[in-house]
Amino acid sequence: MRITQGTFSYLPDFTDEQITAQLQYCLDKGWPLSVEFTDDPHPRNFLWDMWELPMFDMADPSAILLEINRCRKVHPNHYIRLNAYDRTLGRQTTALSFIVNRPPAEPGFRLQREEGPDRQVHYTIHAYATDRPEGERYRD
Amino acid sequence: MTVLESDVEQASPPASDRWASGVIPYKQMGYWDADYQPKDTDILCAFRITPQAGVDPEEAAAAVAGESSTATWTVVWTDRLTAHEHYQAKAYRCDEVPGTPGQYIALIAYDIDLFEEGSIANLTSSIIGNVFGFKALKALRLEDMRIPPHYVKTFQGPPHGIVMEREYLNKYGRPLLGATTKPKLGLSARNYGRVVYEALRGGLDFTKDDENINSQPFMRWRDRYLSSMEAVNKAEAATGEVKGHYLNVTAADMESMYERADFAKQLGSVIIMMDLTVGYTAMTSMSKWARRNGLILHLHRAGHGTYTRQKTHGVSFRVIAKWVRLLGVDHVHAGTVVGKLEGDPNMIRGYYDTCRQGFTAADPQKGLYFDQDWVSMPGVMPVASGGIHAGQMHQLLDYLGEDTVLQFGGGTIGHPMGIAAGATANRVALEVMIQARNEGRDYVNEGPDILRAAAKWSPELRAALDVWGDISFNYESTDTSDVLSTPTSA
Repeated sequence: MRITQGTFSYLPDFTDEQITAQLQYCLDKGWPLSVEFTDDPHPRNFLWDMWELPMFDMADPSAILLEINRCRKVHPNHYIRLNAYDRTLGRQTTALSFIVNRPPAEPGFRLQREEGPDRQVHYTIHAYATDRPEGERYRD
Repeated sequence: MTVLESDVEQASPPASDRWASGVIPYKQMGYWDADYQPKDTDILCAFRITPQAGVDPEEAAAAVAGESSTATWTVVWTDRLTAHEHYQAKAYRCDEVPGTPGQYIALIAYDIDLFEEGSIANLTSSIIGNVFGFKALKALRLEDMRIPPHYVKTFQGPPHGIVMEREYLNKYGRPLLGATTKPKLGLSARNYGRVVYEALRGGLDFTKDDENINSQPFMRWRDRYLSSMEAVNKAEAATGEVKGHYLNVTAADMESMYERADFAKQLGSVIIMMDLTVGYTAMTSMSKWARRNGLILHLHRAGHGTYTRQKTHGVSFRVIAKWVRLLGVDHVHAGTVVGKLEGDPNMIRGYYDTCRQGFTAADPQKGLYFDQDWVSMPGVMPVASGGIHAGQMHQLLDYLGEDTVLQFGGGTIGHPMGIAAGATANRVALEVMIQARNEGRDYVNEGPDILRAAAKWSPELRAALDVWGDISFNYESTDTSDVLSTPTSA
């Protein structure tokens, strides 16, 4: 399966050139960029691990791409995403966020049902990847 | 009752007779004051008035001010028991609409003390309470309102707002996508759940009950909720994304609405919806419920066209948008420009600005008569729904911007390859358009080429363009700006 979180998951994976064009858009808007990675892609896990601090003062897209590639090298089997942040009054939240690296195989999720009275079912979603200990997920 | 100008001259008493029993013009009762300087705390209204033949427009404006505040048709001595000058609304301007003889824009100021804090029901009972049936007027329309910060701050506004909704859903940088389940009436719960599941797993963020799906014999609400939530959860597991289905809690009474909303919460739904037809008090109660229980609240503006569409009568939608932002909804339908329903591009921009901005500047082209400061009240996500399809994606993004929900009902469910493929076509079209815009391309003009290029690798998008690519709704809009007339764009 292909996890479709992020702004561009229905498009073919971006080349570095295409990523750079998006970086330039964000920098032109004054949005600092940050890189995050995880091996727990549960849809409600918003706390991915931070790859260093947000690059508040970095205006050069190639330097940001370099950070993405450093993160890819260390975590080739993790999900990696790029976030742009808009600190404007009234926004103060993420402006753009898309995946720039995926594990080679994405095992996906199990839907766990708990049957209750009155035909009610309570659901929980379980990422198969998290069956293995942290750090060993997505490893053969 | 308004006195004709000719009668006024004969009947008008000397100023010392202001309190004599009988009928005197509203202007002389204090409801017209051309020198009035509105206070920062005043609530201001712009009314479009069409007086009957022979009625002095300033007197008509004064009559509207009078009847929407303290006046009755005749002098009453009990006014003298009050600080009546304070409570009387004041018409302070009345200008003929350029190029439209017989119509006038009257500006009226109301003291903030006239209104109960945090009550749209009370505000509307005054301002649109009696005056619309007034015999001396052929027609009346409330065009716009300025709500002062002092009154804004008596409301809490949207239970979550645009920023919180995006963080809750973990979706950024693009409009959200939705679809209304079709056919809107007649599906059984199981078939209904099928439509929801296919649309969500194919790539939509939301599906939606239609306004008139409540709890009918062919499908009761409880069964619909159960099957829809099975579909939502299955689609979340299939995509790894947060998904939602707007469960309509509209019912005949408030107790039933709470019962349905509580059940939606128990089942883990992220969102519920209600119809405008339930009324201002019920909407405010559901807003408080939604804040207390953490569910996003969607509003379907069912019935609004009966009073928003005609240019000389009723209440402009921009005013409705202000009221529902104050009483607090997270979504409201606000037009599409390009779809099947009424909507002039400039007017719709005015509605969208009213929903989303922190401060809306007066702009006659957009029908905005006053500056409006929202003093940090969160924005409402406007929803575009009704006859839109993937082939219009560049226009939708251009007209409506990023903080909106684009709802493709027929444009998803009617796809020749199936519902999931229809959803994928919409999502691909949206993402490729956002990519092109961010890359600095002239996406509005190159839109069709951008879509055709993506259709080369996306069979779902190709099929959608083949079926709907040439469909447009080119009709002149009814409700347009006085300043600039722009035909509804294709």
